[in-house]
Amino acid sequence: MGNRVYTRREFIKTLSVAAATGAAFSSLSSCTKEAREEFLQKRFVEMTDAEKKGVIARLEEKYRRAYGKQFQISTQGARPKTLWGYGLDLSRCIGCRRCVYACVKENNQSRYDPQLQWIRVIRLKKGSLINLEDSEHYYNPQEVPEPGFTYQPVQCQHCENPPCVKVCPVKATWKEPDGIVVVDYNWCIGCRYCMAACPYKGRVFNWADPKLPPEEANTAVHYLGNRPRYRNVVEKCTFCIQRVRSGRYPACVEACPTGSRKFGNLLDENSEIRYIIQHKRVFRMKEDLNTEPKFYYFFAT
Amino acid sequence: MEAWRFFKQTLVLVAKGRPVYYAWCALLLLVMGIGLWFYLKQMETGLIVTSMRDQVSWGLYIANFTYLVGVAAAAVLLVIPAYIYHFDPIKEIVVLGELFAASSIVMALLFVFVDLGRPDRFWHLIPGVGILAFPESLLAWDVIVLNGYLVLNVVVPVYILVNSYYEKEPIQSFVVPLILLSIPWAVGIHTVTAFLYNGLAARPFWNASILAPRFLASAFCSGPSMIIIIFQVIRWVSNIKITNEALFKMAELIAYAMFLNIFLLGAEVFKEFYSNTIHLAPLLYLYEGLHGHTALVPWMWLSLAFNITAFLLFLIPRTRQRLATLNIGAFLIIVGVWIEKGPGFVAPGFIPDPLGEIYEYFPNFTELAISLGIWACGLFVFTLFMKVALPIVRGDFIHSKYTKSISN
Repeated sequence: MGNRVYTRREFIKTLSVAAATGAAFSSLSSCTKEAREEFLQKRFVEMTDAEKKGVIARLEEKYRRAYGKQFQISTQGARPKTLWGYGLDLSRCIGCRRCVYACVKENNQSRYDPQLQWIRVIRLKKGSLINLEDSEHYYNPQEVPEPGFTYQPVQCQHCENPPCVKVCPVKATWKEPDGIVVVDYNWCIGCRYCMAACPYKGRVFNWADPKLPPEEANTAVHYLGNRPRYRNVVEKCTFCIQRVRSGRYPACVEACPTGSRKFGNLLDENSEIRYIIQHKRVFRMKEDLNTEPKFYYFFAT
Repeated sequence: MEAWRFFKQTLVLVAKGRPVYYAWCALLLLVMGIGLWFYLKQMETGLIVTSMRDQVSWGLYIANFTYLVGVAAAAVLLVIPAYIYHFDPIKEIVVLGELFAASSIVMALLFVFVDLGRPDRFWHLIPGVGILAFPESLLAWDVIVLNGYLVLNVVVPVYILVNSYYEKEPIQSFVVPLILLSIPWAVGIHTVTAFLYNGLAARPFWNASILAPRFLASAFCSGPSMIIIIFQVIRWVSNIKITNEALFKMAELIAYAMFLNIFLLGAEVFKEFYSNTIHLAPLLYLYEGLHGHTALVPWMWLSLAFNITAFLLFLIPRTRQRLATLNIGAFLIIVGVWIEKGPGFVAPGFIPDPLGEIYEYFPNFTELAISLGIWACGLFVFTLFMKVALPIVRGDFIHSKYTKSISN
């Protein structure tokens, strides 16, 4: 294995030199050591621990220069015997979108031109839950909730059979052992096939350079989660991987003023999410597509 | 040594030409240059300079890609009668058809390339160096079959042409299997491209089993229509012998394919409209408009009108066998199928999006300029191919004449 990696690297180096002489891409023609290393960076799951360390050090340096802050980039793996599940109480959700903005803040999304959001709250007429065609995405009343409507927040459903993972031509996205679907932002080629494959609009794209004002940057990040991102690369909800793997709730759970959002370990019989599945009437979005989401909607009252 | 001399000679051939040739090449290079300039801008700023957004995440580039894969696949329509049924008038020109397929694949691959957000990471797709997710990802399949088809459609005609240059008979046991292989392969590239969309349960408009057959049927209309026009141009600029019978034969085959295409569309329209489920929305969006969004409606009806008119023109022997009406029909199909297969196929897969939002996509100038640049690039590649291939086919550019001219 070690040999193979070595030759592969050598080969790529030769390639990159050839490409640089052709002055093909701007990222190569600059050809600083850092740019070259970033260009040659391997897929996250194939890096050795030493390689990961090197990449983290380089990224922290890069972020320090860009944001003037010291980032802590975690590469913490999944906890044993853990499969994360999410519960959302539709009878309580008032459509205030506090989760949306808490998520943007926590996860270092681009703030403007355009602002990227991983949670989308849709407003549905009472009496209609399955046909989303009459859903309103940009409702903007003086006050929520509005009479006659229910609200359904939608984000990545962290499917057990994720169609987005299946279609990726370079395996830049995958399901972690704890069930979180992640993206390697340095491996994604930006083809957007995953966006076409997702039935939940769970993925968004950085159509331009992400605009993250330094004073708003959250420095506690995970490599596969909320670290600052790149132009022309896809991204999505990670259940706040940087938080949940160190024992905290996702930011949206904490931000919800009505307690509609629940989170826990599906493999733990005593968890709140297991209680909800046992005792409430739960459903999952588009179950007919057999994606097996780990995101349970329910009605507590 | 011989190969090097041949190569040098081809360079001379390509570099010399009439003023019309230079003007044509200059025009293509200009359009390519403009496209490149816009592409560099797109790379500098990001794909935000296009009209694509999260709701409609593929647009004109992928539409053109889909169309051109079909055009390339249609080269088999020439190969089948030429090699299986020994229909002689077509046999002489099959080499040109294959080079046309190769040029189309070049364009198709370029369209995927300009659609990539991170072309600098293109090497991630190369097996061994990067990771190609074969066989899970249909895009990985497409990478393999398209490149294979490109190789096939370059190797076969180049081999035949080089042999003609040396006035040798091609070794049949080498070239015939390759030609026969290219027939299922052509069906393969378009089937894989159809499956690329077809496999997505998230997009009901694409998730219909009728998709691959419809793709093939429409491809067998647009590709040969283009060839009908291009061959007349070739005949006109090079006085090479391309018989009218060959063109009429192609038109006849197109008529059958177009009948299938319209029939399959009808089958789809019936199923969706009669059962009237929520999955009708994309089709409704195309032909009637959805919640007041009607951007594609006039285009779709225009496309249908073009396709039906062309079908009638090609069905009736009298109109099929007159060059004027033949060319009108070919033009109508090229445009009609392009609308149907491009904007009429890719965009409605995303409209409405999985959460019911409607974002009306319309390509902007950047996308148009880059697309035109790629079309110009394909034509340029094809022009250079022809500049070498035509003299060989015509018998002007052969080894014995070349050596004679040296000794003179």
